[in-house]
Amino acid sequence: MSTESIAIEKERKPLFTSKDRKLITDPLNDDNPITVQVLGICSALAVTVQVKPALFMCFGVIFVVAMGNFVISLIRNFIPSRVRIIVQLVVVAALVTVVDQALKAYAYDVSKELSVFVGLIITNCIVMGRLEAFALANKPGPSVLDGIGNGLGYSLILVAVAVVRELLGSGSILGFPILGQWALDLGYKHNGFFVLPPMALIMVGIIIWIQRSKNQKLIEAN
Amino acid sequence: MVNKESNSYTLIFSAVLVVLVGVLLTVVFEITNKPYEKSVEMEKRQNILSAALGKTLTREEADQMFVQYIKESKVYNAAGEEVKGQDAFTLDLSKELKKPESEQLFPMFIFQDGSTVRYILGMRGTGLWGPVWGFIAIESDLNSVFYANFDHKGETPGLGAEIKQEVFEDQFALDKGKKIYQDSDFHGVLVEKKGKTSETSEDYQHVVNGISGGTITSDGVSNMLQKYLKAFDAYIKKAGIAPATQQANLSTNASNQQP
Repeated sequence: MSTESIAIEKERKPLFTSKDRKLITDPLNDDNPITVQVLGICSALAVTVQVKPALFMCFGVIFVVAMGNFVISLIRNFIPSRVRIIVQLVVVAALVTVVDQALKAYAYDVSKELSVFVGLIITNCIVMGRLEAFALANKPGPSVLDGIGNGLGYSLILVAVAVVRELLGSGSILGFPILGQWALDLGYKHNGFFVLPPMALIMVGIIIWIQRSKNQKLIEAN
Repeated sequence: MVNKESNSYTLIFSAVLVVLVGVLLTVVFEITNKPYEKSVEMEKRQNILSAALGKTLTREEADQMFVQYIKESKVYNAAGEEVKGQDAFTLDLSKELKKPESEQLFPMFIFQDGSTVRYILGMRGTGLWGPVWGFIAIESDLNSVFYANFDHKGETPGLGAEIKQEVFEDQFALDKGKKIYQDSDFHGVLVEKKGKTSETSEDYQHVVNGISGGTITSDGVSNMLQKYLKAFDAYIKKAGIAPATQQANLSTNASNQQP
């Protein structure tokens, strides 16, 4: 996607062009940050043991990618290309710190729930990946949409993995027992393997497998 | 337009960016730090009172009830000698842990509701990824564990982080009969892999089950409990009170607290 193609559209542009909509919908499936771009795998392993922290992580990432994209896009014409990665890092780190501080002060319980994960957003490759691949070459508006889209695409996979892992690993979803005592009485046993990180990787692998077999655009020619 | 790729532009750009971000973060910190510190303080009161009452209170409830129930606190060292001039509530255990063990200080809070007296020990130790901490409430026989609660900075959810769940904490409830002493010998309370000590053995009263998959966190909690209970043991021995044998009262102003 180039700057020109968007610049041409400037005249009589409706609020959401089909191109804008694609910025949101593409990362959900065809260009999913985790399963297709293979970014942000690290946090997909770390925060998917339970659904609740996974959800908080999703909100955090959506906010940081969208805001990061916005800020970098605003200053994209002033960033010297030799230090652009460091500039991106400073912007992301500053945003994450602001989020972390605001949560600590005004949503203390949420910040406790998230603990170290907020800091981990800085290391999420999706954030840097989108800044580098999209925000540096596009206007602020589309950049925000791209950020939200990628954040949502990330969230989709994260929540899917977390639901399976919490259900099969601890027998609950969002802390509510689904496979509770009645299931244990019937001889069911929680699978402790789902609580461990390797299972997240296997789950992501299975999702990629299903997606590649269904989505025609992702099936390679040979 | 200036040459974006020149060294001087790059340097100036970087300097301006860093200064701007620095100012922004300073402002954010100044605004958010006060409410944050207040929450931390309220949470500490909540944890102390929740351990003393064996139920979970909200932060607001605990904040109001704290002065009513916790009238006294003590600070002592590893040898059990009381240290004057230190406030147990503001004692920063993370700083204490950095000192040599013999110089570390230990906080203890005295809960009093009518004739009911309980002793709450503040504790801090190391888990897998970072610090773990908690409060353990001991009955006035100085032997029976009444309740305990734990918290952590960044243990793994579903694994080590389970120490702050009620399933784990409830093992310290009074009706589980956990004791610190056996025939006036100090045993403390150990966190062990389930089944290591038989539930029928006499030693089971000094054991709670660890978290499966959270062994290092469990061991950290176990070591923390032993350390702070040992210091408490030293303190009550210094005070000349034998545990489990009598209704002791460590409070200095207990006489005017009776109903």
